[in-house]
Amino acid sequence: MDFRSSESPGSVETAGPRSEDALPESATAAVKVVIVGGFGVGKTTLVGSVSEIRPLTTEETMTQAGVGVDDTAGVERKSTTTVAMDFGRISINDELVLYLFGTPGQERFWFLWRGLFEGALGAVVLVDTRRLEVSFDVIGRLEERSVPFVVAVNSFPDAPSYPLDELRGALDLPADVPIVECDARLRTSSRDVLMALMRYLQTLAVTTEAS
Amino acid sequence: MNSDEPHWDGGGGPERLYVITGGRSGSSAKTTLDLVTLIVARSGPRPGMQPEQAAIVRICQRPLSVAEISAHLSLPVSVVTVLLSDLIADNRVFSRPPVPPAKLPDIALIEAVIDGLQKL
Ligand SMILES: Nc1nc2c(ncn2[C@@H]2O[C@H](COP(=O)(O)OP(=O)(O)O)[C@@H](O)[C@H]2O)c(=O)[nH]1
Ligand SMILES: [Mg+2]
Repeated sequence: MDFRSSESPGSVETAGPRSEDALPESATAAVKVVIVGGFGVGKTTLVGSVSEIRPLTTEETMTQAGVGVDDTAGVERKSTTTVAMDFGRISINDELVLYLFGTPGQERFWFLWRGLFEGALGAVVLVDTRRLEVSFDVIGRLEERSVPFVVAVNSFPDAPSYPLDELRGALDLPADVPIVECDARLRTSSRDVLMALMRYLQTLAVTTEAS
Repeated sequence: MNSDEPHWDGGGGPERLYVITGGRSGSSAKTTLDLVTLIVARSGPRPGMQPEQAAIVRICQRPLSVAEISAHLSLPVSVVTVLLSDLIADNRVFSRPPVPPAKLPDIALIEAVIDGLQKL
């Protein structure tokens, strides 16, 4: 049984945020941005580098009917998977709070958290040039859902480096979708990725209002 | 725990969750509570409250998102939303809904976020 994370071995009576992490009473509106990408691409690192709180983990359970592997009788049984999602928080001003969710690239997990993408301002697709094919799928799914996104290429030392326009071609990105390089370990670099998304959303909003 | 690798849970997990929620799935609460809906308690915990509900009331003395409640209590969001819908119905907490998707993209909102990020 693994519903309690190792970080909070205590009971619910003692769990809770540190007092210095409390939001002001005036916090009235929250928005979210989703960081999406394959395993090990740097989602948790990016969330952690810009978050004002230590990244937290929320879990959801998935129940699947299946036949147990070591069940020689072949009896149907249900098994439960726990899927975790890391997130962080940035207080934008006294009223507005931005939450950043780092979510796995596989679409079957996206449905676990209702409204994860639907209510989001937009998404950041984190790309590892060693495994471009993962990003390819993610980009297609975001386009299907009309979720606005930017692409951020995480610079790993042993990853092949391509000119950005070559990557744009390889990922089949529309000309207006921004593509930026980043180092998710650096606060300023991660901040700039979010800024690129906001600037892009700004241009989309202007276009929408003008039409 | 690794976010990308779901782990299979053979044991008593679902049973515990069943007890906490009284066996309900929370489909009605799910329609109104988002991951980033902010929850604020109207008062402190009352004697006789279920421990999980008392914990929510205690940690929501200041605004806290549904996702944060889930993380701090190590409970799935689906369970938290069931607990919250009861607390809302009983007037123990209230919710501050996020900006509705229909209003997005909102240029004033995006400019506010840009201003905030610039100060980081
Ligand atoms: N060189 C380099 N390493 C990174 C960067 N971002 C993440 N990493 C490392 O890559 C590993 C996986 O990152 P993590 O954030 O856990 O990936 P996740 O699975 O997408 O959440 C960690 O060891 C990080 O320190 C980056 O921008 N540059
Ligand atoms: Mg991670």
